[in-house]
Amino acid sequence: MSTDLVWLALLMAAVTYPSRALPLLAPGIERLPAPVLAYLRLIGPGCLAALAAVNAVIVKDATGRPAIHLGIEIVAVLLCVAVVIWRRDRLLLGLVAGIGLVIVVRAAGLG
Amino acid sequence: MTGKSEVGDEQRASAARRRLLVNGAGLSVTAAGFALVYGVAARQAGFSFLETMAMSTLVLAGGSQFAAVGFVTQGVPWIAIVGFTALLNARHLLYSAALAPFFQDRPRIERAAMAHALTDETFALSIAEARDLGRGDRRGYWLAAAMVCVPWIGVTALGSLGGQFVPDPRALALDVVFPAAMAGLAAGFISGRRELVAAIGGALIAVAAGLMLDPSIGIVAGGLGGPALAMLVPTTVRATPTDPMSVPQSGP
Repeated sequence: MSTDLVWLALLMAAVTYPSRALPLLAPGIERLPAPVLAYLRLIGPGCLAALAAVNAVIVKDATGRPAIHLGIEIVAVLLCVAVVIWRRDRLLLGLVAGIGLVIVVRAAGLG
Repeated sequence: MTGKSEVGDEQRASAARRRLLVNGAGLSVTAAGFALVYGVAARQAGFSFLETMAMSTLVLAGGSQFAAVGFVTQGVPWIAIVGFTALLNARHLLYSAALAPFFQDRPRIERAAMAHALTDETFALSIAEARDLGRGDRRGYWLAAAMVCVPWIGVTALGSLGGQFVPDPRALALDVVFPAAMAGLAAGFISGRRELVAAIGGALIAVAAGLMLDPSIGIVAGGLGGPALAMLVPTTVRATPTDPMSVPQSGP
């Protein structure tokens, strides 16, 4: 059994782990100035929305370049958000609504 | 803290963990679906079982694992693959920084272990739970990590060993679960104008930067830029005294 790529996995892990660990292991992060803590508090919604938007509307074209794609996926994402706002903290309900919409639209050959 | 308030706090924590379990169910299914596809893709690209599993357990980052499969197939040099991985996974720095104030009371060795399990989904579920509770919850964090990492690693093995009957994730709309879950969890954060601007600004900046440069750079740009934009906005909610990340807020 080949094991060459285990070394590649180790190298990839070695460059990934520091970004995961450094702030968590930094001493006294809770004593940062108030504006910095306020900024960190906003990273949650900022990052999650960025992840959602990029995954919902950006695709790679045939040449590998990023391109915008406005399809049923972004409608499903917005539907999920609407359900979560309407029924606070009912993410699963929002996901079921969004997935259901996409399955129906794709099955109809429209998505 | 009195015994009565400790009981109340533990009840709130239990309720928050139940919500985390429900919210994380869709993400677990998605992780399993994509792990199956990853396992099959890696085997088809010539990865051995051991190599495929090493990627899923050591790197534990789906995007860079899929990219590595493509790069290895095309004969891209390892140095380029490692460099791309560092760039793609730099967003974890933001997640770690956002979670750090909630877990400063945990032993360093536990925080070091927590860091390894810090994925997009672990972050999303645990930061939402911390927001609910106004404090960090180590059991909730490990629950979130297990809901993502166990299916990811376990189903990678299934895909690598015998995934010839893999369904198309698009046919099951699994490709929509991740962005929808991220957006839904982001919506749960909106308690004032600042959070709203951070979310909308983050999304717009991410798409713009993602189109101009690369989607992975877009995520980092949105994650940094949205909150920066939001800091210019006066807040509308008051901080709770138990929130370790709370700061005195100005009125509207």
